[in-house]
Amino acid sequence: MDAYTIVWSDMMMLRRRFAKYLLTTLLSPLLYLMAFGYGLGRGISVNGTSYLDFVVPGIIALTAMTTSFNGAGTRLNTDRLFFKSFDECLMAPISSISLITGKAMIGVYRGLVSSIAFLLVAMLIAPRLDIGLLFALSLLFTCLLFSFLGVFAALLAGTHEDMATFSSLILLPMTFLGGTFFSLSQVPIALKTALYLLPLTHCSICLRAAALGDSFPWESLLAMAGFLLLFSLGSMAALKRLSV
Amino acid sequence: MNSAVEIIGLAKEYSGKRVIDGLSLEVEEGDVFGFLGPNGAGKSTAIRILTTLTKPTAGRALINGFDVVKEPHRVKSFFGVVQQHLSLNRELTVKENLEFHARLHHLSKSERDRRIDELLDFVDMSEQADQLIDKISGGMKRRTMIARALIHRPKLLFLDEPTVGLDAQSRRRVWDLVRGMNSEGSTVFLTTHYIDEAEALCHRAGIIHQGRSMAIGSPEELRRRLGTFAVESKKEGRTSYRYFPDRESASRFVLERKASDGVVIRQSSLEDVFIELTGRRVAEE
Repeated sequence: MDAYTIVWSDMMMLRRRFAKYLLTTLLSPLLYLMAFGYGLGRGISVNGTSYLDFVVPGIIALTAMTTSFNGAGTRLNTDRLFFKSFDECLMAPISSISLITGKAMIGVYRGLVSSIAFLLVAMLIAPRLDIGLLFALSLLFTCLLFSFLGVFAALLAGTHEDMATFSSLILLPMTFLGGTFFSLSQVPIALKTALYLLPLTHCSICLRAAALGDSFPWESLLAMAGFLLLFSLGSMAALKRLSV
Repeated sequence: MNSAVEIIGLAKEYSGKRVIDGLSLEVEEGDVFGFLGPNGAGKSTAIRILTTLTKPTAGRALINGFDVVKEPHRVKSFFGVVQQHLSLNRELTVKENLEFHARLHHLSKSERDRRIDELLDFVDMSEQADQLIDKISGGMKRRTMIARALIHRPKLLFLDEPTVGLDAQSRRRVWDLVRGMNSEGSTVFLTTHYIDEAEALCHRAGIIHQGRSMAIGSPEELRRRLGTFAVESKKEGRTSYRYFPDRESASRFVLERKASDGVVIRQSSLEDVFIELTGRRVAEE
């Protein structure tokens, strides 16, 4: 219930500028779709699938990652370091778990809104995608794990620059290397192994397999659950460190 | 009378530097207590410890008899805080900010609605209820923060520099609110740079310097300890101060010096006490 209260405040804010939010959040995935799907990938097929069908799940993973991370992390970083309104939550009689979960759920909520909005647009372009339960599960896990990563990063960051540095060093490379725009079967084995260490790789693999009707990579879903556990425990530890 | 706040030998170190060093004080229920000290004296750190945001390195702090480190969850429902900086959610309205806080404190829907209306009326902001925080004045923001801090009927209210940056009119309005909260039963623990504010509002004051408590008592007691009359004499552009227990001894001192030019006899103030104990004027902060 307390976690819902935290999300409630964000929903109140978001409803005032929902159209603007949707427009800004859709812009970059649509640009990726145009540049990679229509531009670079026209006429290319990957493992027998058109590149457009191949790239859409990757862009959804990317959108979910960015909006969840920013929705949870960037907002928390600003609330904590600039507006200092996070102190009000720390002084309220709610548990650390509720507080962390609530902050992460803001990212999940925003991530789902943006991803679903993009998905609706993408379905007009690539209607062959299979949007079922496994796709929904993979999308939810993607939003969850990157929201908790956002919370973890925001609680560790000492300045706004720290957050920007984290995005540049961690999220940006993942954007292009996390199996979003190319198939991992096309890269050398050493690089492939390294790319499996990136959480986005597993998100892309799961979303793509579900959307294209391939056999579902349960081990990647398990890896996502592992990352989720790691980031949520990290967030709890970082919150505890704040009060020292 | 029970203690609303009890601090015993409190210490806090940051990177090996002691910002609070053996601080002890007690605030009784129903008091308006002023916590005075120069910047860096440790006031904000003490408040952060009392409000569970920071853990002490040594010593204990109790609120309503509960240890802030051992029982933070219990302590949190006893106090409300008005922070020095604007900590409202700027993208929410006045009413939504109050509702958010009421929800965090687990007030039921009917209780929330009733309490929000009561408090908007108390801070005279019913007409601004649906305005975004960014659209209201600094004084109104401060009043919203006061209303927010009171939403769960706290027994103890921490006010950290509640009138800093406000115009004279808004400042007086906040003073009235502090008196109103106190008369309704809340103990008030306030830090302020304005000595006139402490004199106008506080039953008792504590002066803290370099993390240590220098003096605690009512403004009257503190003045009496220093001397209720002050002699100010100006010489070569510098003003010196001497303190005396009564007007007669102050007058005698002036007569003995046979120099009345630039000499003023006046009642001592809490600011005199502050300067004598900390070596600094509050205005220098």
